Amino acid sequence: MRLKTALTALAASMAPLPAMAQGIDETINNIFANYTGWYVSFIFAPLPGTNFSWIALWLVVGALIFTGYFGFIQLKGFWHSIQLVKGDYSDPDDAGEVSHFQALATALSGTVGLGNIAGVAVAVGIGGPGATFWMIIAGLFGMATKFTECTLGVKYRNEYPDGRVSGGPMYYITKGFGERGLPGGKVLAVLFCIFTILGALGGGNMFQANQAHAQLAGVVGDYPGWITGILLAGVTFAVIVGGIKSIASVTEKVVPFMGIFYVLVSLIILIMNYDMIGWAFGQIFLGAFTGLGVVGGFTGALIQGFRRAAFSNEAGIGSAAIAHSAVRTKEPVTEGYVALLEPFIDTVVICTMTALVIVITGVLNVDPETGLYIWNAEAGRISTEGEVAGVALTSAAYARAFSWFPVLLAVAVVLFAFSTMISWSYYGLKAWTYLFGEGAAKETVFKVIFCLFIVIGAAANLGPVIDFSDAMLFSMAIVNIIALYLLMPIVKKELNSYISRLRSGEIKKFKH
Amino acid sequence: MTTETFVVAYEGGDGDTSLIDYAIERAKKDGAQLLLVHILEWSPYSFLTPQELEERKQRRAEELERAKSAVLDPAMEKVKAAGIAVDCRLKFGNVVELIAEIAAQEDAAMIFVGRAGSQSMAARVFGSVPIGLAQVAPVPTVIVP
Repeated sequence: MRLKTALTALAASMAPLPAMAQGIDETINNIFANYTGWYVSFIFAPLPGTNFSWIALWLVVGALIFTGYFGFIQLKGFWHSIQLVKGDYSDPDDAGEVSHFQALATALSGTVGLGNIAGVAVAVGIGGPGATFWMIIAGLFGMATKFTECTLGVKYRNEYPDGRVSGGPMYYITKGFGERGLPGGKVLAVLFCIFTILGALGGGNMFQANQAHAQLAGVVGDYPGWITGILLAGVTFAVIVGGIKSIASVTEKVVPFMGIFYVLVSLIILIMNYDMIGWAFGQIFLGAFTGLGVVGGFTGALIQGFRRAAFSNEAGIGSAAIAHSAVRTKEPVTEGYVALLEPFIDTVVICTMTALVIVITGVLNVDPETGLYIWNAEAGRISTEGEVAGVALTSAAYARAFSWFPVLLAVAVVLFAFSTMISWSYYGLKAWTYLFGEGAAKETVFKVIFCLFIVIGAAANLGPVIDFSDAMLFSMAIVNIIALYLLMPIVKKELNSYISRLRSGEIKKFKH
Repeated sequence: MTTETFVVAYEGGDGDTSLIDYAIERAKKDGAQLLLVHILEWSPYSFLTPQELEERKQRRAEELERAKSAVLDPAMEKVKAAGIAVDCRLKFGNVVELIAEIAAQEDAAMIFVGRAGSQSMAARVFGSVPIGLAQVAPVPTVIVP
C-alpha cells in the first residue's frame, strides 16, 4: 500500500514533465532552426531545377570515380573478398585476434538498421519500385568507396604500445596528407572529428532513440518518450561507461541473427509468391526508366534510389573506416576487399529484399485500368494500403504474409537502434579523443553526454536538431571524400603491389 | 628408437588432475614424452563491439599470459618433477580440431583427454571435447575419467 502511494506521488510529481519537455523542445528547436537552418539548407540543397540534393550526387560521383579508378574492384575482387572473409588467407597463428569476418560483422551492425527497413519504404513509397533499381546501382558503386576508405583506415591506424588498435579518417587524413606532402591535413581531420561527434550525437543517437521509442509506442500504446530514453540511456550507460560487456555482447550476437532472420522471412515471402518475382523485377526495371505513374517519372525513381543507398550504407561517410581498422592483417588492402561487401549486403541484398516484399505484397495501390501507381498528391507519395509510410509500410507489407511480423519488427528496430547507438558512441568517442586526447576522465565526459542525448532524442520531437545532425553526417562525407580523392593513389599503389604478390604466389592461402 | 609423444588435451580444471597423473604414469611406463596442449576456445566468426575490436589484441595477449601462468606452467612443473620430458602448445581456436591437428603434426602416438565436463547439458547437446576427439582424432585416444 505504501508502495502504491509512493508510486502515485511519483507519477503526480512527474506530471508537469511532458509540458516542461515540450517547452524545452520548442526552445531548443527555435535556437537550432535560427542558428543552423542555413547550414542544413546548404547541405541538403537541391541541384538547380531538380529535387536531388547535391550531397547525394557528391556521394554517387565519388563512388563512380573510385569504381573507375580501381577498375571495377567490386566486380573483379568480389570472390577474393569472400575468400578473405572465410579466412582462407588468415594465418592460423593469428587466431584470437580480430578476423576479417568480425570486422565486417561489427561494421555491418552499425549500418544495418532503420535505413534498411524504414528508408527503403520511404524510397519505394515516393519513387516507386523503380527506385529499387537505382538503389542497387548506387549500392554497387558505393562498394568501391568503402574499399578505398577502409584500406586507408587500416594502413594509417594506430597500434598503441598496450596492444590496442584503432584508426579512422582523422588518422589517414593527418598521416596520409603528411606522407604525400599535402597541406591542410590537420584542419580537415579536426573538421571531420567535429562533424563525427555531432553526427554521432544526432543520427547515431537521437534519431535512433527517437525511432526506437516510436516503434515501442506503436506496439504497446502511447507513453512518454523520456521513459524509453531513460531505459535506453541506462542500458547504454551500463555498456559504455560501466563496461558491462555482457549486454553489448548479447546485442552484438542478437542483432546479426535479427538481420539474418529478416532476410530469411523476406525470402520465405518471396518464395511463397515465387510466381510474382519475375513481375516484380519487371516493375523495378520498368519503373526505373518510366516511373510507372510516379510524379517526377524516371528522375523521381532515380533520386529516391540514389538517396536511399547513399544514406543507408554510409559509403563515403568515413564511419566504416573506424570500425574496420582493428582487423588483424598485414595487408591493408585485404580489409578494403572485405569492406566492399558491406554496401552489397546492406543495400544490394537487404534493402532489395524489403523493396521486393513491398512491391510483391501489393501494399502500393495500383490503378487496375492503367496499371500505374495511384499518386497521393496530398502526402507526396504513392497511395498505400491504409495510407501508411516508412516503417509502418514495411510492417504492413510483411504483415500480409505473417500477421505476427509487426511485433518482431518492433523488437528488431529497437535492437538495431541500440546496436547503431553502441557503434556510433564508439565512432564519436574516437573523434573526441582525437580532439581532446585520451584519458578516462575525458572519455567519460563524452560517454555521459552521449547517454544524455539518448534521453533527449527519445523524449523530444526535435526536427531541426535531427536535421542538423543529419547534415553533420553528410558533412563527414564532404571532408572524407576530398581526402579519399587526394589519397587514392596510395591505395592504388597498395592494391597493385598486393595483386602482383598474390599472382606471384608470395601471398599464399592458408586454407585450401 | 625415437621417443614416443603423448598429447595431453589439458583444460586445466579440477578434473584434469587425474588426467595429468594418468598421463605421467603412462609416459613413465612407455618411456614417452608429454606434449600438453591447451586451447582457448575462439571462433573467427563471433560478433564483437567496436570497443572489443580495438582491445582484442591486448586482451589476447592477456589471455595467453593468464593461460600460461595459471594453467600450463603449474602442469609443466608437475610433469617435470615426475622426471618426464614435457613440452606445451597454447593456441586459440576450435579445441577438438586443433588437438587433432597438433597430434598429427607432432606424430603423436596417443592423445589423453579428461572426461570432465562431458556430462553437462551443454556438452550433451553441442558435443564435448572427448566426444569430438573420438570422432576426429588421427591417433588412439584415451578418455580419462
